[in-house]
Amino acid sequence: MTTFHAFAAGPWGSVLAIAAMTLATYLCRVGGVVLMTRVRITPRVERGLRALPGSIIVATILPLILDGGIPAILSIGAAVIAMVLTRAELAGLVAGLGTLSLLRAFGL
Amino acid sequence: MQGARSTFPALPGLVVFGMAFGAAAAQKGLSFGEVLGLSAFVYAGAAQMVGLEVWQKVWTPGTILTIMTVTAVVNSRLLLLGATLQPWLRNEPVARSALNLFLLTDAGWIFSTRYHNDGGRDVAFLFGTGVALWVLWVATSLAGFFVGAFIPEPQRFGLDLVMPIFFGVMLVPLWKGARPALPWLVAGLVSLLVHAFVPGYVFIIVGALAGVATGMLMK
Repeated sequence: MTTFHAFAAGPWGSVLAIAAMTLATYLCRVGGVVLMTRVRITPRVERGLRALPGSIIVATILPLILDGGIPAILSIGAAVIAMVLTRAELAGLVAGLGTLSLLRAFGL
Repeated sequence: MQGARSTFPALPGLVVFGMAFGAAAAQKGLSFGEVLGLSAFVYAGAAQMVGLEVWQKVWTPGTILTIMTVTAVVNSRLLLLGATLQPWLRNEPVARSALNLFLLTDAGWIFSTRYHNDGGRDVAFLFGTGVALWVLWVATSLAGFFVGAFIPEPQRFGLDLVMPIFFGVMLVPLWKGARPALPWLVAGLVSLLVHAFVPGYVFIIVGALAGVATGMLMK
């Protein structure tokens, strides 16, 4: 094990992880401005980046939801329906967590 | 100050998101200091949420590289926001822009772009949105942390699934019809496939990139 391995495995590991995330995020924040002074972002790249937020969400949660089984699927469904109807994040979150608590209270 | 005030419509959503992140982080076993560090320095809600999925109790160089890559992929959309701000920031001192961009978020960008389109040119507006949203983000994620950390039997209240539920909610305002959602479908299918065959959390990155590729190929 190298010194860096030992360091990462110790209490400083999460500090390193947060620093790495901070650096990656900051490069994205300044990157667009710096890039624009040199190259043009093509419409194709722009279309791709526009598809990114939704793609991240679906790619992150779909496996988690299916692993969670029927209660997870029903809760997300309830959350989405509440959000469509009210357009308030809080209503969606409460509907989702509420449905899940109810299903679990009944032992599902 | 004008910039800070303009963020008002975003506050309810931000408060709920911050609380949801804090609670999910507590649920995952993160410490107060880790939540504070993430919210204060990374300051990017979606990346922090996805980062929780990849979070480790004991880190290795490999897992640190993974969380860094996941963060970069999630935040690569910020490249686009920065690119549209470039003409506005062209004549700014570099140091001031460096700080200003540290606080750049989707919500702050929306309000600042509106202000700029209405003829506003004061860069302090952009800074005001960033500071206001930052303070609130740090405060609400810490509040959420306490809620998540001190609720007994958090599973009873479904708090173990607070992240996917909140992400599902966030998908709704992004919906612009079936066609623009086609990349999402591809992202989901690819992610499921990768999840089934490859251990770890590569499915998030590969799925998201498959969605981006689909978006680029669509006319």
